[in-house]
Amino acid sequence: MPEQTFLDAIRSALAEEMRRDSSVYVFGEDVALGGPFGVTQGLAGEFGANRTVNTPISEGTVMGLAIGAATAGLRPVVEIMFIDFITLAIDQLVNHAAKLHYMSGGQLKVPLTVRVQCGISGTMGAHHSQSLEAWLAHVPGLKVVMPANPADAKGLLKAAIRDDNPVVFIEHRGLYRSKGQVSDDQQIVEIGRAKLLRSGDQATIVALSSMVDPALAAADDLAAQGVSVEVIDPRTVSPLDIETIADSVKKTSRLLVVHEAVEQGGIGAEIIARVQQEIFYYLDSPIARIAAPFAPVPASPTLERQFLPGKERISDAVHKMIRA
Amino acid sequence: MAKKKENLKELTALLRRMWLIRAFEEKVSALYAERQIVGLLHLGIGQEAVAVGACSQLRADDYVYGGHRSHGHAIAKGADINRLMAEIAGRASGYCSGKGGSMHIVATEAGFITATGVVGGTIPLALGAAFAAKERKKRQVAVVFFGDGAGQAGPFHESLNIASLWRLPVIFICENNGYAEFTPLSAHTKVARLAQHAKTYAIPASTVDGNDLLAVRDAMQKAVAKCRAGKGPIFVECLTHRMRGHYEGDPAKYRELSQLAQWKAKDPIARLARALKNEKVMKDKGFATIEREARELVDKAAEYALASPWPDPDAVDTQVTS
Repeated sequence: MPEQTFLDAIRSALAEEMRRDSSVYVFGEDVALGGPFGVTQGLAGEFGANRTVNTPISEGTVMGLAIGAATAGLRPVVEIMFIDFITLAIDQLVNHAAKLHYMSGGQLKVPLTVRVQCGISGTMGAHHSQSLEAWLAHVPGLKVVMPANPADAKGLLKAAIRDDNPVVFIEHRGLYRSKGQVSDDQQIVEIGRAKLLRSGDQATIVALSSMVDPALAAADDLAAQGVSVEVIDPRTVSPLDIETIADSVKKTSRLLVVHEAVEQGGIGAEIIARVQQEIFYYLDSPIARIAAPFAPVPASPTLERQFLPGKERISDAVHKMIRA
Repeated sequence: MAKKKENLKELTALLRRMWLIRAFEEKVSALYAERQIVGLLHLGIGQEAVAVGACSQLRADDYVYGGHRSHGHAIAKGADINRLMAEIAGRASGYCSGKGGSMHIVATEAGFITATGVVGGTIPLALGAAFAAKERKKRQVAVVFFGDGAGQAGPFHESLNIASLWRLPVIFICENNGYAEFTPLSAHTKVARLAQHAKTYAIPASTVDGNDLLAVRDAMQKAVAKCRAGKGPIFVECLTHRMRGHYEGDPAKYRELSQLAQWKAKDPIARLARALKNEKVMKDKGFATIEREARELVDKAAEYALASPWPDPDAVDTQVTS
């Protein structure tokens, strides 16, 4: 199987879907020029500027425009360059994209994909580094996906574009250059399905997006120390695949949830609440979570390192649970 | 005199449509007073000429977007008043199965795409429909109604800019009724005529008497012709007034009674009727018949709505996604 970067996987998903379906349009700032990371490089050349639409810096209106175009029969893919700026489009996303199907009693459909880049990478500070997936997961009517490897990125983006509902597709900037196996005929990855990445029997680590790699690295370290853990990537934040996680915890009796977003009100809280509701009596220790401190993302490299959860904290937390 | 006869037919139809909206809104108000309809209701009594004059120039497949005060826009575009009344009454037979309500009417069969509870919120949506229409090359236009209050919202300005930049077939219809909720426009902006903003963004604009149905119709006729021909967006500002409070139950103490009386003298229905009478094309009896028929239709719509079943409670979390 050929190897591809996360970024190239996203680009090939976009190109394949635009080739397959002439109603797929890409909107965003600088997208016809490839964007700041090169994700949309080449699309304008192949599909024309009318389908790879450069927009002014008007996130709210561009989001609304894409929603209107979606209800009128197109399948728009809107790029919001940084998730920090989804704040400017949240009115349209929350009040219209998420609700029009319900409020219209099913008359309207909103086949919209919102591609948005997030996370800490490169000391960009508080306005270019946030992880806001939990906000979006709180809104009925939105699907929220957050792939952690190139194959899932490609498969989930294809699924998002073909979905008749609004899907927010969150890309962690720190993963863009990471490589992974992606088959040429990578098909869709079903939205709402978690993935078991590693089997084990003493604890389950649920890790999201940028935290998957540190979790797998911690699992290696733990294995070397004689501790066997499972690692699960939820891949979709809404709807959550609690069944897969709960099944794992039934076996391992311990659960640690890891994400880069701040701990308070994070998606970990939802995962933990639902797991304990379903399988409380299988648990051998309190459920733990590792996440960022309740603070804005700092700019200085030393502070940023302090902010980010890493593999040592993950291993320590697992040891602590097992000792408990 | 064939032309005059055709004109009479057209004007009679427009008068009927205005009466249908007036009677509908008055019925909604009465049912609200009796607590047979509940919720947050914003009525468009006094603004009927804008909705009817504008929609009279549209095709069935054109897109119309409204705001929070949009019962009249939906009716003007051809929405069924039974299903509309049922929706406002929260019934399963309503357009949106009771999930939308007064501020979120959707009647796709009539080309009324959606209202919204967010001031100015549908302006970007209309741009999207216009974008899709332009790509499909079927010469459809998108029309969005909004008030003067929306003119101070960011998306209004962003939308004018993008519509102009991309030459989208969208017609902005500003119902300048002089009040943004309780506050007069003069307390929100130094720009008294919102058409001025359109000119800033290089969009052709006009300001017309929004209580003069024929003035609205004529402005719209020109606007639609240009827009359909691919000449880009148009902005039509209609000066009007809502005769009720911001919402049902609002005593509107911020408004002088003398002001209300001035606007009552400019009532759009009475004005069209006077014009028809002056032209000697219709007599008092004819007007009385139009009003009576409108009230009968609306009474039937209310009966239909109130006799309709409530939604199944189990539907509360269905249709969240498709």
